[in-house]
Amino acid sequence: MNQANELTCAEMVELMTDYLEDTMTLELRARFEAHLATCDGCTNFLAQLRETIRATGRLTEEQIPVRDRDELLRAFRDWHRDR
Amino acid sequence: MALVREHQGPMLRIARMFVSTQAVAEDVVGDAWVGILKGLDGFEGRSSLRTWMYRIVVNIAKTRGQREGRSVPFASLAGDDVDAPAVDGDRFQGAESEHAGHWSTIPADWRGLPEDRLLGRETLEVVGRTIESLPPMQAEVIRLRDVLGWSSEEVRNALDLTETNQRVLLHRARARVRRALEDHLGKEPAG
Repeated sequence: MNQANELTCAEMVELMTDYLEDTMTLELRARFEAHLATCDGCTNFLAQLRETIRATGRLTEEQIPVRDRDELLRAFRDWHRDR
Repeated sequence: MALVREHQGPMLRIARMFVSTQAVAEDVVGDAWVGILKGLDGFEGRSSLRTWMYRIVVNIAKTRGQREGRSVPFASLAGDDVDAPAVDGDRFQGAESEHAGHWSTIPADWRGLPEDRLLGRETLEVVGRTIESLPPMQAEVIRLRDVLGWSSEEVRNALDLTETNQRVLLHRARARVRRALEDHLGKEPAG
């Protein structure tokens, strides 16, 4: 087993965003995918991240509790009127 | 007015990161709209329109923040946990193990979950609350990327971030949301 070249699961987790963003070197990508091919834990973790992104994508701005939108619009109208 | 309605909320949030009060943030965004309207004719289309608009907000907000004597260190916007591991160390086997650094408990497979469990209202509320609780720049990056679907290049230009910082902030934010979902989905569904 080529220990030096093998990524641990802990290392894999920190590389997942680089992998999804496609910013890895070809060499690192090959090592990442080699690990993934034989590791159920990391395969599941990557799937969890993809599902996290999918769930986040279902949110609308309104579902994130922010300050009252009407108040913001009123503030802008006031500002507009005062000029 | 539709353009204003769509962008006013995010712009105010972004401006607010750099200035002292909500009132100043409103002022900044007002000035930014004037700048946007004036500059629109000269907009060269080298970046996307929304990127250009948000960059104007960020530039004005940063200048205002400096004039207020309020220099906001990047670390306070990014969160001091930005370099923390995405998963607790105890999820991995320790150095004494033959399989050090490998999972001690394998993460659950969510692909078999019913769609309404993963994307139902309750779950989305957990996602929304978690995003709201993130350090400001992490929250902004995940909102623009994953809620609004901007590209990494757009986000990095709009928020004046380096490629690495954008990616680190996104990684951290997604890790926190994943963790919250793991806690939520690990519980029995209510009702």
